[in-house]
Amino acid sequence: MAQLSEAAVKRINEICDKYASEKTPLMMILSDIQKEYGYIPLDVQEIVSERTGISVAEIYGVVTFYSFFSLKPKGKFVIGCCLGTACYVKGAQQVIDKFSEILGIHPGETTEDGLFTLDALRCIGACAISPAIKINGKVYPKVAVSAVPGIIEEYKKEAKA
Amino acid sequence: MIKNFEELQNKCKECSACLDAKFAGADGKRHILICGGTGCLSTNSAAIREEFERLIKEKGLSDKVEINQVGCFGMCSQGPFVKIFPEETLYRMLKVSDVDEILESDIKGGKVVERLLYVDPVTKEKIRKQDDIPFYKKQVHIALHAVGSIDPENLEEALARGAFQGLARALKMERQDVINEVLNSGLRGRGGGGFPTGRKWQFAFAQPEGEKYVVCNGDEGDPGAFMDEAILEGNPLAVIEGMMIAGYAIGAKNGYFYVRAEYPVAVARLLNAIKMAEDAGLLGDNILGSNFSFRCHLRLGAGAFVCGEETALLNSIQGQRGMPRPRPPFPAVKGLWDCPTIVNNVETLACVPYILREGFGEFAKYGTERSKGTKVFALAGKVNNVGLVEVPMGTTLRELIYDIGGGIPNGKKFKAIQTGGPSGGCLTAEDLDAAIDYDNLVAKGSMMGSGGAIVMDEDNCMVDVAKFYMDFICDESCGKCSPCRIGTKRMLEMLTKITDGTATLEDLDKLNALAENIKADSLCALGQTAPNPILSTLSHFKDEYMAHILDKKCPAHVCKNLMQYKIDKEKCIGCGLCAKNCPADAIHKTDYTAPGHKLPSMEIDPSKCVKCGACMSGCKFGAISKE
Repeated sequence: MAQLSEAAVKRINEICDKYASEKTPLMMILSDIQKEYGYIPLDVQEIVSERTGISVAEIYGVVTFYSFFSLKPKGKFVIGCCLGTACYVKGAQQVIDKFSEILGIHPGETTEDGLFTLDALRCIGACAISPAIKINGKVYPKVAVSAVPGIIEEYKKEAKA
Repeated sequence: MIKNFEELQNKCKECSACLDAKFAGADGKRHILICGGTGCLSTNSAAIREEFERLIKEKGLSDKVEINQVGCFGMCSQGPFVKIFPEETLYRMLKVSDVDEILESDIKGGKVVERLLYVDPVTKEKIRKQDDIPFYKKQVHIALHAVGSIDPENLEEALARGAFQGLARALKMERQDVINEVLNSGLRGRGGGGFPTGRKWQFAFAQPEGEKYVVCNGDEGDPGAFMDEAILEGNPLAVIEGMMIAGYAIGAKNGYFYVRAEYPVAVARLLNAIKMAEDAGLLGDNILGSNFSFRCHLRLGAGAFVCGEETALLNSIQGQRGMPRPRPPFPAVKGLWDCPTIVNNVETLACVPYILREGFGEFAKYGTERSKGTKVFALAGKVNNVGLVEVPMGTTLRELIYDIGGGIPNGKKFKAIQTGGPSGGCLTAEDLDAAIDYDNLVAKGSMMGSGGAIVMDEDNCMVDVAKFYMDFICDESCGKCSPCRIGTKRMLEMLTKITDGTATLEDLDKLNALAENIKADSLCALGQTAPNPILSTLSHFKDEYMAHILDKKCPAHVCKNLMQYKIDKEKCIGCGLCAKNCPADAIHKTDYTAPGHKLPSMEIDPSKCVKCGACMSGCKFGAISKE
């Protein structure tokens, strides 16, 4: 594993210190790191452990329990397909299958070029416009299977630009 | 700063008069409210708002019209909405390109833009005012009070609609009397189980004085339910006030919100509301000059359904894996950091200010004997009016689905309504006239849950639906106890066999027996209720299970292994579009040309077909069907 830069170590320590007055800050620290870096690899967990005194085993346990925390980096564009009930009964499975087929990855995986990550989400609360997907925070309403290739192209273009 | 009761009363009166005058157009201006709920934001309401702001400036209308963002209007499938005061004209399904016409025609010319009005799906009549739309007529807003009519980021508008009046009354009462008020209201937990809220408070109150906590459960995980999101987005101060009243009653000084990270808009509005209340002195030390001090904190979930279970939620706040704790001890005795804690759902807390402000009788006058007040349902799935609906307990399913929901789209037949999410079950056409309350739903093999209500029509396969929920539960089981961790996985495998067409009747017996075991032996409610979707669909739709197992057919044509696409060679005109759309090269020309057509018809090779449905959705002649 590549050595962490000094700046990254400093930043992670800062995040830990930000919550020093909290009784049980681990979730907040991990959320911040996930948000800032997109993933929480083992060497980062070791730094958090040293700073907070929480064992690496415990931190690893928490990181792997919650689906928002990731051990590996995510793609530039994270495609979250909602598979909540309302979306599911309106055909969300076919939509995620289409993304899977075109990108050549399963849900939870990232394409080799690092461009796309495909995630299955459990209800994003947009049930009225189901089936819905979310790409880097932007929600797409009523996604038809036939619209999937166009959406992927849109982001491929954006990556090139 | 609002320092005492008198200042609060004066401020509320002043704000109320101000807001009423604004809606009445007393300032000589028209006021446009635009929906800023998650549903409408994702169908572009933010861009529409910007366009309004830009064009109002450009057209020099700033002294004639003002635009305000409010919370969810409820009928999300018709969004984005704007409502124009004082006429209360409601425009729906807006696009950025409609803004200019609204300003030119309605704001400048005083002429309603007919094409943007709501059209009743049954009578085809255009309806101008929100209150005249059948969707809203039967609703009573208590938990959704002021959601969709005030700016959630403006303290004064909330005060105008009675914010902190409930707290003000509570602070003048004895703590036990506050609990009695909630007990007498009959309020039961809106998050799932329906435990009487006042009794929870009483337990925590009875614990020795010391550090105690109020926790608001905003980890709305039930897929298909989004009422807590809408309340937090539309009137966050009501939930904060409910939490404060609970805190005063049990003797807590700190409250924790635990909200799903999937709800960024709700989180931002809640944080803003906490800050507004702090700045006004309504949160902090010696609130309204009393001895009561209270602070609110926020914790985010990280994508674990089980954290909606109250003890798992507490572990998550404590920075641990979100695994449930054995009970007893209950959280009211030993909860957050081992201190007495009450965990109440968002909707429950949103009802509390109303009960204290209006008195328990005003709440208890709605509902059935054992379920008082109202309940918010997230009506979704195969129903015309998808959205949030708050109705008195005891409303029938027929009223909910047909009168409010506007019936099933595309002339399809109603099959079932699923309530209670992955812990609940289905109700069928037989139950349409059943009154919805906690006990009735349980008696009929389902449950209230958090209020998700997913309507299914004839195109939904009930075995597939059961499999969907089991897949969900398998993913979300925390792994602590073996009945849930191992058992749900085995149940999913059995269901997969059924939908693949490889199951035998013996598998069905095993599934039934295992379901009963898991129900009896799991540690927490997630596992105990996990078999419900299976047991419920088995009891109502056994024929569908049998068709999968014995006839190897899926009656709704959903399960891929048990269905195929077919081209009607008489209807097919031979255009070849299906063959072009087919990703598997499974469609070819035959040598048969139907009478009246010029080209030979097409046919599907079942051995190559991947059953994606691209052929059928592209066919303009209705020649392709499933069987």
